[in-house]
Amino acid sequence: SREDTATKHPLTHINSTTHSYQPAVTGFEFKVQNLEAKMSETVKVMSTFGSIYGHRPEVALRLKGIPYELLLEDLPNNKSELLLTHNPVHKLVPVLLHGDKSICESLIIVEYIDEAFEGPRLLPADPYERATARFWAQFIDQKFARPFWMSICMADGDKEEEENFLKEAKKNLLLLEGQLKGNRFFGGNSIGLVDIAASGLARWLGAFEEISGVNLLTDEQFPALCRWAKEYAGDERAKECLPNMDELVAKITAVKKKFLAMAEVQK
Amino acid sequence: TACTTQTQTQIDRDPKQPGAMAGEKGLVLLDFWVSPFGQRVRIALAEKGLPYEYAEEDLMAGKSDRLLRANPVHKKIPVLLHDGRPVNESLIILQYLEDAFPDAPALLPSDPYARAQARFWADYVDKKVYDCGSRLWKLKGEPQAQARAEMLDILKTLDGALGDKPFFGGDKFGFVDAAFAPFTAWFHSYERYGEFSLPEVAPKIAAWAKRCGERESVAKSLYSPDKVYDFIGLLKKKYGIE
Repeated sequence: SREDTATKHPLTHINSTTHSYQPAVTGFEFKVQNLEAKMSETVKVMSTFGSIYGHRPEVALRLKGIPYELLLEDLPNNKSELLLTHNPVHKLVPVLLHGDKSICESLIIVEYIDEAFEGPRLLPADPYERATARFWAQFIDQKFARPFWMSICMADGDKEEEENFLKEAKKNLLLLEGQLKGNRFFGGNSIGLVDIAASGLARWLGAFEEISGVNLLTDEQFPALCRWAKEYAGDERAKECLPNMDELVAKITAVKKKFLAMAEVQK
Repeated sequence: TACTTQTQTQIDRDPKQPGAMAGEKGLVLLDFWVSPFGQRVRIALAEKGLPYEYAEEDLMAGKSDRLLRANPVHKKIPVLLHDGRPVNESLIILQYLEDAFPDAPALLPSDPYARAQARFWADYVDKKVYDCGSRLWKLKGEPQAQARAEMLDILKTLDGALGDKPFFGGDKFGFVDAAFAPFTAWFHSYERYGEFSLPEVAPKIAAWAKRCGERESVAKSLYSPDKVYDFIGLLKKKYGIE
């Protein structure tokens, strides 16, 4: 299973983590096209276990039915030569390797996957709807970035600044709640760019809430988002590349412990 | 006020067809004269030959109802209204223009990989340049020295990305060029506050800046480096920075 692979091989250049599976969408031409793509150029995703941003290219490739090899980096300590070569500017995962091409920045990778491969659309066809999708994907990346995850990880609901943080987070979640408009996904009937961008809220938020004891995404306040989170996490293609909840909680707990220990030393 | 004078000059330089309201394409741009983000859109519209109505938002005086209605989430310019529907965020507006007007000259290449590279560098400019530049003129002492070091690194990185090409887009002025060109008017201020010389730090970028300035779309959209420097002085006064 994928989880076993992740635990057994924390280092880089894992040749054995090739994923092969049957695309959910049938259609002879679709299969042949993707088979040709598979035979012509290898696709690899450089990521690390539990990476919110690394999930995005994986789910995008699975939605398109594109087989890929997963290369797991041991971050943050050991950045491999391969990573530094293919993302010299930001030195971050994820990186998509397609043949001899490397693409960086998760949302840019998702748009590349949408344009380079046949299969179900990840962005809408209509120009105005595309602009709207890009807007909300960017909104998510601005408002639910590292500061958000750090704050929710460390929160215990006590201090005033945490109260302000929670107020701001709820305001932003409400805006997203409003974007679902009775649909299963932000993309309508199928998973699209905004769903992929919001995927952090479908698995990682739950893990962070468990660790901090703060319940941000409640059914009462955000019924549509809660329904969406279940739909997303239950989707066949997303499910296969979302980290196991227990393992994720364990990893975040370890990182939080380390962070608090460092903060103590600095005091 | 100095700003009103700028506004009038900008309106006089509006490339829209004489007498046409919103142009034939129904485009209205909510903008602020010196904003590099707004200028990206002005440049793109000019490169594409798309007529539009320019609507100045006097941000120094506050945010108008019109702006708050058009961009309730971020309350920022630029906003492009197309037949009344708002598109927000400058790079999203640029991509919208690509999609909505496929017959107009394209800023993005057609190859998916080339497009991804263009998006990457436009995103890099977006993430790095304005924020670092702001810290350069807002801060003093050690934090300013840090901002200076960062700015040099950013300019050197962009210098390397440009390489020996005339434009980031290659032979043609493209998406990254439109995204970064407005900042050429800010280089002078960065040089003064950061105490460095652009031709020494990033000679290819310096040459590229001159090349951009020779294009009508850029020349008509940007204000002089001196005006930008004066504007920064105004901002500092407003924020009570010495």
